Formats: sequence, structure tokens, C-alpha cells
Amino acid sequence: MVEILFYVFAAVAVGGAFGVVLSRSPVGSLLAMVATLASLAVIFILLEAHFLAAVQVIVYAGAIMVLFLFVIMLLNLGHDYRRDVKGGVFALISFGVAGGIAGALIRQLRGGAALDAFTSPAAQAIDAAQAEQGVVGAFAQPLFTTYVVPFEITGILLLVAIVGAIVLAKRHAV
Amino acid sequence: MITSSLILSAILFVLGTFGVLVRRNAIIIFLCIELQLNAVNVAFVALSRLVGIDGQIFVFFVMTVAAAEAAVGLAIIISIFRHYETVDVDNFNLLKW
Repeated sequence: MVEILFYVFAAVAVGGAFGVVLSRSPVGSLLAMVATLASLAVIFILLEAHFLAAVQVIVYAGAIMVLFLFVIMLLNLGHDYRRDVKGGVFALISFGVAGGIAGALIRQLRGGAALDAFTSPAAQAIDAAQAEQGVVGAFAQPLFTTYVVPFEITGILLLVAIVGAIVLAKRHAV
Repeated sequence: MITSSLILSAILFVLGTFGVLVRRNAIIIFLCIELQLNAVNVAFVALSRLVGIDGQIFVFFVMTVAAAEAAVGLAIIISIFRHYETVDVDNFNLLKW
């Protein structure tokens, strides 16, 4: 059952990724991206990362994609149906680069034993922590102890990003 | 399922790379970068089943950086659009040789 769900939503995610790359209209690309993000959230749930699945839907599909959509609407790009894929030599080079990365990744992944997602000690530790502290508690415990300094630095990063976005997008920016 | 997730992650990353290289619309290039970040997130979550919950926390940080990057990047695109009236990256050739 879990395997079937995984393959169905992996297929949706890959199809959505093709839609992002190949769609003519920017809005079509964006909707395909939302489909990809939603199916990746399902895959996160199948891998027992429930909190991240919720964050994926709320923050990624909900906030970041709406920001993209807002900019597309603001710049009035929705009716741009001319195909904007680069052709000729450049497409060949791109195929080469993408193929090279794919080859290297396949070479890395092939030959390894099939890894089980539910019996390893780390997986059992995660499941036990989630059963004991709840899904959010198991995630928050290391986030606010071991990783508290990166967490605070993330806050500074977001502040800088807010200020930078306002300064850049303001009319008559200095 | 970990191996399948890693293969899914590889496919998504390659598609994202291809999109970054062949598309001309700056917003779609940004979307493809987000696709690459998501591919890496899938790999992190899959490997957290082998290594521990630290992988999931790293995904949390990746999402935060992606949000900051999207906000600043889209602001830059808006400001470029005000200058050039287009988001086609072929028109931005000041730094090309």
C-alpha cells in the first residue's frame, strides 16, 4: 500500500517537474510546481516526516508559490505563450550537463543494497520520539537544543531578506 | 523506499538543472531552482531514516533559505523589469563577454 502510494505520487512529482520545465505559460509552470510540491509533501508523510509535510504545504505551496504567482500577475506575464526555450548548441550543451549529472547520480545509486526505511536504528529512534513527544515535539527537541544557534541566525537571515526585498522592489531605489 | 526516494530526488534535480539551463524567462529559472532545492530536500528526508532526525532539521533550514531567496530574487526581478520592461535573461548581457 505504502509502496503503491509512493510510486503514484513520485510519478505525479516527476510529471509536474516536466510541466515546470516545458510549459509555455508561466502560470502553467507555476501550477505544475504546486502539484510537484503537494506530491512531495505526500512522500514526506510516507517517510514519516509529518511536520515537514505540513510545512511544505503551508510555506512552500502556500506562501512561496503565491509570491511567485503574485509577481507573475504584477508583471503581467500570464499571456506570454511564445516558447522561450533556448535552442541549437545551447540545448545540446544543456542535455550534456543534465545527462552528465544523471549519469553520475545513477552510478552512485546503482549497486547499493536496497535500503529499508523502517528497520534501521535511526528510523526506529525517530518513530519512538514521535510516538512519545508528538510529531512537533520530536522535531522541536533537537531544533531548540543542538541547533539553536543556526535557528537564531536563520531569524537574522529572514530579517535581512525582508529589508533587502523592500529596498530592491521600492520605486526610486537608491 | 529510501533508494526509490533518492532516485526520485535525482530525477527532480536533473530536471531542475535542465530547466535552469534552457529556459529564458527569469521567473521560470527561479522556479527551477526551487525544484532543485526540493529535490535535495527529498534526499535529506530519505536519508534521515538512516542517520537520524538531523536530516529533517536541515530541510527546515533549506526551506527558510529558499523563502528568503525567493523574496529577494523576485524583488530583483521586479526591479530589473522596471529598467528593461522584460524578464528575458537574454537581454541582460552587461556582464557577458
